[in-house]
Amino acid sequence: MTGLPERDMTGRAEQDMSGRTQPGMSGRPQPGMTGLRADRVSRRTADKVIVDGLTLTLGPGETVGLLGPNGSGKSTLLRLLAGVLAPTAGVVTLDGRPLPEVGRRATARRIATVEQHAHTQTELTVRDVVALGRIPHRRAWTPPTAADAEAVSAALARTGLTDRAAQSWHTLSGGERQRTQIARALAQEPRELLLDEPTNHLDIQHQLDLLELVAGLPVTTVIALHDLNLAAMYCDRLLVLRDGRAVAEGTPAEVLTPALIEQVYAVRAEVTTEPGHPVIRFLRRGAQPSARPA
Amino acid sequence: MSARTLLLTGGGLAALLMSVAVAVTIGPADISTGDVWASVAAHLGVGESTLTPLRDGIVWNLRMPRTLLAAVCGAGLAVCGAVMQSLLRNPLADPFVLGVSSGASTGAVAVVVLGVGGGAVSLSAGAFLGALLSFALVLLLSHALGGSTDRVVLSGVAAMQLFSALTSFTVLTSADADTTRAVLFWLLGSLTGADWAQVLLCALVLAVVLAVCLGYARTLDAFAFGDEAAAGLGVRVARTRLVLLSATALLTAALVSGAGAIGFVGLVLPHATRALTGAGHARLLPVTALTGAVFLVWVDTLARTALDPQEVPVGVVTSLIGVPAFVAVLYRGRSKA
Repeated sequence: MTGLPERDMTGRAEQDMSGRTQPGMSGRPQPGMTGLRADRVSRRTADKVIVDGLTLTLGPGETVGLLGPNGSGKSTLLRLLAGVLAPTAGVVTLDGRPLPEVGRRATARRIATVEQHAHTQTELTVRDVVALGRIPHRRAWTPPTAADAEAVSAALARTGLTDRAAQSWHTLSGGERQRTQIARALAQEPRELLLDEPTNHLDIQHQLDLLELVAGLPVTTVIALHDLNLAAMYCDRLLVLRDGRAVAEGTPAEVLTPALIEQVYAVRAEVTTEPGHPVIRFLRRGAQPSARPA
Repeated sequence: MSARTLLLTGGGLAALLMSVAVAVTIGPADISTGDVWASVAAHLGVGESTLTPLRDGIVWNLRMPRTLLAAVCGAGLAVCGAVMQSLLRNPLADPFVLGVSSGASTGAVAVVVLGVGGGAVSLSAGAFLGALLSFALVLLLSHALGGSTDRVVLSGVAAMQLFSALTSFTVLTSADADTTRAVLFWLLGSLTGADWAQVLLCALVLAVVLAVCLGYARTLDAFAFGDEAAAGLGVRVARTRLVLLSATALLTAALVSGAGAIGFVGLVLPHATRALTGAGHARLLPVTALTGAVFLVWVDTLARTALDPQEVPVGVVTSLIGVPAFVAVLYRGRSKA
């Protein structure tokens, strides 16, 4: 895992942890028919519109970043995509079928979620937590199968936690906990991975490590982020939200302009285009943008 | 089943069988383990009883049903406690957190003191109906309040307060001294009146509910990180909670109607057992059933012999042991808060 991840399709197919053959992956996917898609979804409470008519289509293997200030609807959109929250209007589909029709267990075998904070009072080891990811694959009254054990081992190896498998969850640092939750998500053998600000409260080294890990995973990823530079570095595509509506969508270079940043976050910034991805530099109040062309 | 699970359940079963066999021999009448085997064998139709009818009666009609009811109650309460703690994500939850025991008391008091049912309804049946009524009230209330785990717990507390008040009011205004003493003894939890019908009924409900809970073992594991994490792992949270709360309430109601509200077994034994088995429910539930059973068999033996010829309500003894353990649970929780 060095530098920017490769996004080549054949490499992804080899890396697929499930080991299943996926016939749909070789041909050109029908837009809107394969993968996870939100179609004009809204979520209203009695007095507030949290998500307002958002549409999002995900290409296989893409890493899509969700940006926007606090309360712009990022988390709610992720919960709608995961199917743990029902939209008040619109529909979320998986391979063309609405999520309620797919069913909770089948959905959990395809889509895995990593929440902002994972908290438990239960005494669990790292391996116990990762094994939770096998729950949607397991049957009642039956012990775990060899496939379950393999998926857990593979997820531990992928996240570099094999040596820590026996360690107690409560003794882990914030970064290690997030890593463990990602391993748990991988044990679900998902094709879609949803992450809600997974780098919150991590120091910069662990932020980069974590995103490097996520960007290199052989899955389609939607990730809510606060840090615009991290989003620019690790995402293929960005969706910018404000007050539950989509303000901009496109590649980091297309989306992250000084004008958009000012419009959405009400701060001034200058953007330089480095090779590969744009770099954002925020300006102090009253400071002039430097002479370098953006 | 893994080797460790087999070892733990096998060891637990052996310990339970030995505990029952030994506990039955303990008491004022001098009875040996051999006498117990002879009596049991005779009643199961293998071999002749060598005991006098009196001694045979002590074994088969008094001590055996009582010891077995203790085992079934201990097992049932421990399983209910383990399930409630995981389902409500509350380490202090126990089988009575939904007000089931208070409802049972009110039902029992209504029958014994007020004569509801005109003598056709037994104390046990009244307790059972009261328990289910209280549980239904808690479900309705928590549903109206939004259905989250803390609402369920708060609704349970509300129901507990209400039914306790009703019980106290009824006893204080309507009961004579003898009835009050009888009711109080039952309220504190007692296995004194155990008979075979109660043992069989409770064992049957225990078997069914334990099987259901084991079917939900991995689903219970999924609640470790909360309702939403469980939903993300494919669990239908509302449905699962309704099924498991109903199953455990049914079992608790059956146990309470037989033996009164024996406290603390359901709170403490699951915690103690987790230290042995880890948090996975596929292993925790069968093992805690066994530890609960062994625990209550011995506590009841202590309760009926310690101050011989006077008997201490078993619930008093479990609480005397349970309170220090309860404090320890709180103390441990402090470091993780």
